[in-house]
Amino acid sequence: MDAIVKIENLRAEYGGAVPKVALQGLNLTVNAGEVFGFLGPNGAGKTTTMNVLLGFVNATSGTAQLFGVDVRQPIARQRIGYLPELTYYYKFLTAEEILRFYAKIFGIAKSEIESCIDAVLKLVELDHARKRQIKTYSKGMQQRVGLAQALINNPDLLILDEPTSGLDPIGRMQVRQIILRLKNEGKTVFFSSHELGEVETVCDRVAILAGGELKAEGSVSDLTQKYNAPLEQTFLKIIGYK
Amino acid sequence: MKGYMKGKSKKAKGKKPDQSVAVSLFAFCLLPFAFCLPPMNSVLAIANVTVKELYRRKDFYVLFVLSALIILVAGAANFFNDDKIVRYLKELCLLLIWISALVIAVTTAARQIPAEREQRTIFPLLAKPVTRGQVIAGKFLGCWLATGLALVMFYVFLAVVSGSREHAWPLLNYFQAAWLQWMFLGVVIAMAVLGSIVFAAPSSNSTILLIVVVGILLLGGHLNQVALEQAEPMRSVTYTIYFLIPHLEWFDVRDLVVHDQGLIAWWAVAAASAYALIYTVFFLFAAWVAFRRKALNT
Ligand SMILES: Nc1ncnc2c1ncn2[C@@H]1O[C@H](COP(=O)(O)OP(=O)(O)OP(=O)(O)O)[C@@H](O)[C@H]1O
Ligand SMILES: [Mg+2]
Repeated sequence: MDAIVKIENLRAEYGGAVPKVALQGLNLTVNAGEVFGFLGPNGAGKTTTMNVLLGFVNATSGTAQLFGVDVRQPIARQRIGYLPELTYYYKFLTAEEILRFYAKIFGIAKSEIESCIDAVLKLVELDHARKRQIKTYSKGMQQRVGLAQALINNPDLLILDEPTSGLDPIGRMQVRQIILRLKNEGKTVFFSSHELGEVETVCDRVAILAGGELKAEGSVSDLTQKYNAPLEQTFLKIIGYK
Repeated sequence: MKGYMKGKSKKAKGKKPDQSVAVSLFAFCLLPFAFCLPPMNSVLAIANVTVKELYRRKDFYVLFVLSALIILVAGAANFFNDDKIVRYLKELCLLLIWISALVIAVTTAARQIPAEREQRTIFPLLAKPVTRGQVIAGKFLGCWLATGLALVMFYVFLAVVSGSREHAWPLLNYFQAAWLQWMFLGVVIAMAVLGSIVFAAPSSNSTILLIVVVGILLLGGHLNQVALEQAEPMRSVTYTIYFLIPHLEWFDVRDLVVHDQGLIAWWAVAAASAYALIYTVFFLFAAWVAFRRKALNT
């Protein structure tokens, strides 16, 4: 199978008076067509891993590739959709303006831009608010804008940092449905989450990170069998919580 | 490139030489952008959003309305019918335009990238296939076009108010003065963008930059004389500074409008534009070098 995300021996540090090692010796492969869940306690390094994949944070050593292209090349980001952990968009733009802006950056043909915008706005159910400035949106609505912009280029790989945070139960269910639909279309989804229930229902494989190191990797059923406990207990055992 | 040459010569044909020079001057300034045509999509999109933000934020208008008001009042004061007073008022209005445009340019340009980082809008943006160089170019272009627009409004306003009083319309003088001021603002905006990456806080960046720019405007032309009066090694240091700084004071041709002098030679305007362009590109390049490898969440 093709590796869509490939991380080898990755080490990442944050500068400052006392440099902080956020990731060390991380090896991770996400294959084409997989829904891959990225778990770990707060501060484990999940967001940092994604920041490296997107080129925001430079790796101290090791390599990271998307579609076989080093993440430092902008072209590596042509076929991905990204939802940041904290979603803040240009407050003075409306949802459709923001999507039009990103669509232009992706070089989507003029004739297709409007239909792309219609489609994603319908998908995240923001059609009714498309002409309002983002500053008038609620948190969950902003999260939906985030999802919409992550999908605007019909990406082959989605990198979602806690996609369901801030959403209501219906929104969560819809995100799960979107993820499953994308999987059926053959897309790859790499997402972090604290919602073990949702991870269990949608993920083919998961990785569990703690203290910047990979603690376990595999399908949910393999892990729960190995530790002989439901996912929550398994998770707690793996991260070493007593 | 070919298209641009063709367009230019077509436009130039059958017009007065003055105008053709003005047109080619304009085309000349677009030249650097022609070289990066394929990635221009993203740059233009970013510039577009930048301009949109500027006119949707209301604080931009305060300065604008204030200046317009003062120009109007000055225009109304014309009933003295004294040549000296009219000239004096015009001078005042131009000074106001210079200060307003400078403040608008510096504060908006200094804010752009820090605001993107602080509000984290930079993350979804850079997650797209866009280079950091394009972000810098787009931000620069957006601010430069917006201040250009503000300049056009200022000058049209001034021309209308003073034209309706004096019944003289030295439009080319206005054009030259506004054009050179726009070139000047290009350099300043590029410096502000560079500063916004080097310095942490936009306010300190703006302050430092305003001091530097005003300093150059007031003293830049005299540094060589200052150097002569000094002993070594300060003399060489001052001379070096004199030769390195962008001589922004050259772009201040307010007298052209105040005293209705003859036009500046067009080749000189072109040369000054090229000079400004070189510094602009240099500062933007430096900004790109500083921004290129910067980790974004520290
Ligand atoms: N900008 C920063 N400067 C210094 N240290 C940082 C910075 N960002 C993150 N860290 C540190 O790096 C480590 C990993 O952080 P990261 O944000 O990747 O965690 P996470 O797994 O995403 O956590 P969460 O579940 O809370 O989102 C943490 O110890 C954090 O303190
Ligand atoms: Mg996180």
